[in-house]
Amino acid sequence: MTKVSMTVNGRAVSGDVEDRTLLVSFLRETLGLTGTHVGCDTTQCGACVVHMDGKPVKACTVLTGQAEGAEITTIEGLAKGDELHPMQAAFREHHGLQCGFCTPGMIMMGVDIVRRHGASLDEKTIRHELEGNICRCTGYHNIVKAIQAVAEGSEVAEAAE
Amino acid sequence: MYATTYHKASSLDDAVAKLGGAEDGKFLSGGQTLLATMKQRLAAPTDLVDLTKIPELKGITLDGDTVTVGAASTHYEVHSSDAVKSAIPALAALAGLIGDPAVRNMGTMGGSVANNDPAADYPAALVGLNATVHTNKRALSADDFFTGMFETALEEDEVIVKISFPAPEKAGYEKFRNPASRYAMCGVMAVKLKDGSVRVAVTGAGSDGVFRVPEMEQALAANWSPDAVASITVSPDDMIGDLHGSPEYRAHLVTVMAKRAVAAAG
Repeated sequence: MTKVSMTVNGRAVSGDVEDRTLLVSFLRETLGLTGTHVGCDTTQCGACVVHMDGKPVKACTVLTGQAEGAEITTIEGLAKGDELHPMQAAFREHHGLQCGFCTPGMIMMGVDIVRRHGASLDEKTIRHELEGNICRCTGYHNIVKAIQAVAEGSEVAEAAE
Repeated sequence: MYATTYHKASSLDDAVAKLGGAEDGKFLSGGQTLLATMKQRLAAPTDLVDLTKIPELKGITLDGDTVTVGAASTHYEVHSSDAVKSAIPALAALAGLIGDPAVRNMGTMGGSVANNDPAADYPAALVGLNATVHTNKRALSADDFFTGMFETALEEDEVIVKISFPAPEKAGYEKFRNPASRYAMCGVMAVKLKDGSVRVAVTGAGSDGVFRVPEMEQALAANWSPDAVASITVSPDDMIGDLHGSPEYRAHLVTVMAKRAVAAAG
């Protein structure tokens, strides 16, 4: 067992884990943050996407030790109290989900896609950028619409500044 | 995953010492292949020595006509680097075709190169661009570095520190991706170096890993155009055959991707 420490959703956390413990297991089982899902467990589906030092990673393929000292943001860390993050609100508004299993990863990736591309984001780019996030219910249509809406909203926000 | 012990190396010497002290240790970089392999219990190293915090393995620089990429640079860092984009845009574009955005934030050039997956993209880039692999012991040309499927010239305790690329006159990479894994069914890097020499390197197709196509190189040296390679074919005898495509299919792809790579290079 090794003691690991990191910051998760702005809170300093630590825990004693086996070295083989994956970051997603540490988040779910040690910290009880079960919003991050395990879908395929083979780095393909993206249900486990969290942000590590500001960048999306697949938490099923990161050892807890690799995240030592890092700043982690999970789906639980997006909302401000009762106020949903704009990406969460857009997924609700556009019904960007059916069963909801892939949604935490979709939203974490969506946040990063908008951050990297900003208001220039088009539908083709969104679909391409989602290649590492798999949804088996929706056909992606409303997921893409939700992400596009946030990108367009960021255009409004920039124009207002 | 079987039990393992995780170490963080603070320096190259520390990495070698920690690996030397392990019963059956492995160096770990981004882990996007190694951890996946360990989870399937296809690999079970007793120890992992994480190289990504070693200062010498970090950073990407452009010095004159040479781009140097620290081995622990992620695919995203290569893809978004101004140095790479300005000197070798084809390499920046290639890095953006590996895996998916989240994988590109963890996976590294050094890790990919050391693994030498026959369907990985970087081997074609290194061989095509005539890169040099700098380790903690020596410098190796890409031609000498890759020795076969999942095989390299690296010794057990040898660490890739950085990889240097000469900025080419022109270069293009075209990849036919497996739509599920995003690995190359066939990827071709076509390069004209500033000394006038031409190199064509193929990944994903060869049963012995990355390979060059001398007939295409000669044809392109005489006439740099897609037409020059259109009638040059490779033998299916040397190609991979699996559920994704037969050797004949991959041999056909080599010519098609080579034409496109030359066209992309301009």
